[in-house]
Amino acid sequence: MTVRDIVEALQLEVLGGDQGLDREVTGGYASDLLSDVIANSRAGDLWVSLQAHRNIIAVASLKELAGVVLVGGRAPDSETLAKAREEQVLLLGSRLPAFEVVGRLYALGLRGAG
Amino acid sequence: MLRIFKADLHIHTCLSPCAELSMSPRAIVEAAGRQRLDVIAISDHNSCENALAVIRAAGEGGIKVLPGMEVTSREEVHVLALFEAIEAALALQDAVYAHLPGENDSQRLGLQVVVNEHHDVVGFNHRLLAGATELSVEQIADLIHGLNGLAIASHIDREAFGIIGQLGFIPEGLAFDALELSANTSREEAARRFPEHAGAAFIHSSDAHRPEEIGRTFTPLLLREPTTAEVRKAFRREEDRRILYREAAGCGARRQEGCCA
Repeated sequence: MTVRDIVEALQLEVLGGDQGLDREVTGGYASDLLSDVIANSRAGDLWVSLQAHRNIIAVASLKELAGVVLVGGRAPDSETLAKAREEQVLLLGSRLPAFEVVGRLYALGLRGAG
Repeated sequence: MLRIFKADLHIHTCLSPCAELSMSPRAIVEAAGRQRLDVIAISDHNSCENALAVIRAAGEGGIKVLPGMEVTSREEVHVLALFEAIEAALALQDAVYAHLPGENDSQRLGLQVVVNEHHDVVGFNHRLLAGATELSVEQIADLIHGLNGLAIASHIDREAFGIIGQLGFIPEGLAFDALELSANTSREEAARRFPEHAGAAFIHSSDAHRPEEIGRTFTPLLLREPTTAEVRKAFRREEDRRILYREAAGCGARRQEGCCA
């Protein structure tokens, strides 16, 4: 499943870094603590979070994540968007809360570790 | 002449919903006296409405009280703000209140008691002081520095509300004057855990929410006088002012129980 498939299925907004849309998504991770994401996410995961600080881009890039879904309509500031463009990290947005987004991703067949 | 000042720069009062109601100005000053502290800072969550009462309670008794605040950023990072003058702390409070949504639920979260130096209840703060502001951690540091205050990253060794726990690492370009460690982590451990910050100014403070916690850990500072200008020099190791780091054994192995802070 590519990120593009997920964007279409969940009607996500592409906020930045759209070069990554055809990348394969291999799993999912949900957390708002960036230290936890650094420790426990896996390359290829789609990361669901409401944390919109620009550090999310560095973490997604470091961990080679497929992209970040900002939930609850959280809007990234201009610095976060600029970083996403610079680091080519796919940044997506949903009006839905985290629980709903994760549930829909799971229903599409996406799985986390464990 | 330089001398050693024993400083505990992070103390809550009964204004913080998670602090004990016994954290009255007088109780805080008395506990600080018992611990032979020379400098304390009052840092309630997102408010400084009790700071002046503690300054007045200390009077001319020899303990310097710095007004401050522990501001919660929108990323849920705690930032300690310390000022020389109450006016600067109140100016930060105005900015914080303008970006602090919500109302306190005193039944669930605790009372937020505004008191005077005699521990008479002056009123209750009804804002959601336990909540997060809409300000980014960068905006908060800028506001503090714009008011000539010290911006310190609170308890960076704690996952909850510490900047490294919340944001993974300290964002590039964000200039804290010091990084605070809880009683659990010695400076040596911190330098190992956060090698990129090994050269930073580390302070230890109690983050006291109960009188008996005051001074459980502290920072000895070599200063000429107990002012924020001198503390800033100590953080920067200017003009022989400095932080006197203690041995790891002195930092205490006692677990710090987290409440809301």
